[in-house]
Amino acid sequence: MHDRRSWFVLSMLCFGFAFLYVPILSMVVYSFNASRLVTVWDSAHSPTLAWYVELFHNSEIMEAARLSFRIASVNATGAVILGTLAAFALERYRRFRGRGLFSLLTTAPMVLPEVITGLSLLLLFVVLEPLIGARGATTITIAHMTFSMAYAIVVIQARLATVDRSLEEAAMDLGARPWKVFAVITLPLIAPAIASAWVLSFILSWDDIVITSFVSGPGSTTLPQYVFSKVRLGVSPDINALATILVLIVSVAVIVAGTYMMRRDQRRIRDAQVALGAGG
Amino acid sequence: MKPAAASRLGRWGVIALPYLWLTIFFLVPFLIVLKISFSNVQLSMPPVEPVLTWGQDHVMQLRLHFSNFAFVFGDRLYIEAFLDSLLIAAVSTVIALLIGYPMAYGIARAPGAWRNVLFLLVVLPFFTSFLLRVYAWMGLLGRAGPVNGLLLKLGLIHEPLQLLQTEFAVYLGMVYSYLPFMVLPLYSAIEKLDLTLLEAAADLGCRPTKAFFTVTLPLTREGIFAGCLLVFIPAVGEYVIPALLGGPDTLMIGRVVWDEFFGNRDWPVASALAIVLLVLLSGFVLLLQYVQSREREA
Repeated sequence: MHDRRSWFVLSMLCFGFAFLYVPILSMVVYSFNASRLVTVWDSAHSPTLAWYVELFHNSEIMEAARLSFRIASVNATGAVILGTLAAFALERYRRFRGRGLFSLLTTAPMVLPEVITGLSLLLLFVVLEPLIGARGATTITIAHMTFSMAYAIVVIQARLATVDRSLEEAAMDLGARPWKVFAVITLPLIAPAIASAWVLSFILSWDDIVITSFVSGPGSTTLPQYVFSKVRLGVSPDINALATILVLIVSVAVIVAGTYMMRRDQRRIRDAQVALGAGG
Repeated sequence: MKPAAASRLGRWGVIALPYLWLTIFFLVPFLIVLKISFSNVQLSMPPVEPVLTWGQDHVMQLRLHFSNFAFVFGDRLYIEAFLDSLLIAAVSTVIALLIGYPMAYGIARAPGAWRNVLFLLVVLPFFTSFLLRVYAWMGLLGRAGPVNGLLLKLGLIHEPLQLLQTEFAVYLGMVYSYLPFMVLPLYSAIEKLDLTLLEAAADLGCRPTKAFFTVTLPLTREGIFAGCLLVFIPAVGEYVIPALLGGPDTLMIGRVVWDEFFGNRDWPVASALAIVLLVLLSGFVLLLQYVQSREREA
């Protein structure tokens, strides 16, 4: 009985991961295919790096990638600053006027369909145009910060909840001002969460297409906008090459971060065992 | 300044700064959408008639047109788009749950080192471009693509099937894109489950299948709710997936809003559609917030 059940779970795991990864791997494979028809394998001339060469010579893609990189970096930094403040407010100041609305405002941008958020932000930017100027990189960054911030709050708040408050209280008792307590005690303890929140916010911005399309102006085409306008017309081999490069970068980053976290956990367990051994 | 006063000021600043940001860039925009949904189209930039105007004798005039809402509710096309979106999102959520639950269960029950690896493997696609992952299916499902190639080789079909630009492709893309959102909350709920409860059930002679339905499933209820809402809410208004994988007859509401706005430049109707969609989803958003705040307190 038990065996049959674990077989079921195991096969669902295999099926689920195959489902998640086959499409990604197919882009990697087809990026080396010489045929312009993408999915028709040209075994005479493949594998080839031709699409990668073409990609790097495409000044439009490179320009779009540079703009996306700039927006994503500024967005991530801003989202993490606002997110840390908001997480602190939600986690440490349990009661304040308007907490319910505040907490709703921090959750809603994560789930609301992007067409709604995009449309509403565009209408705001039209009203604000005399103040902040025409739409472009600035309005895209503001829009991205608004939804990235919600994700940053979740990550940072989760970490903040695990910080031992007696450390902060001890510093406070010893006469440290609140800002000093935050800078010397709390900030180093939540630093890993801040780093993950920064990376997450960067990627959310780097990937966004719907909200960006609403709030961008002429002359500011981000990488997803370029990709979207191209793939609407059909599959394209250089987009496969682009996808492969992005998948490679993300995989390396996730593997490095993952190994680091696992090592840290193992070290913590070892330390705890040593400490218990010394105690007994 | 006295320390107490400085600390109160600091506390005020910590709350006010993000609060102000979210009010200006998230709450106020919705009020503008609401305002414009009561306006009329006008040939200008912005292409809408003002709702509030100053009359000749300095009397403020408020002109609300309910015509946009009447138009939206009177047209079968819009009603069908709403119903189709809800149906597609609901069915995709159920399929994602049926695939995601056993996956999350398998990951949570995997031996230590494996668990971390499998967890990262679920997170990884989430970090890879959503747009490119949807695009990948365009290649796979095409007439000359590998899915048709495989079916032809197996002799199951004799000529390539039209897989792209169908409702089937939209369902596939939905489940595929949102699966990680389903697996992650389920995983954390199943991982927290106290295993001794299952042992107790087994000791008392409960069959594993019965134990699953009477112990595991009810105790991971909150993970199920969170996962389903995290998939369902954004799926209802999804734009990219129906635009790339759907056919011309797959009219999801996100796509209709987009077309009204960019194609027809009818801002008032697009706003009215967005308001209806928002009202439709707000109950689910509040439910999600309730589930998540309960989980945080637990």
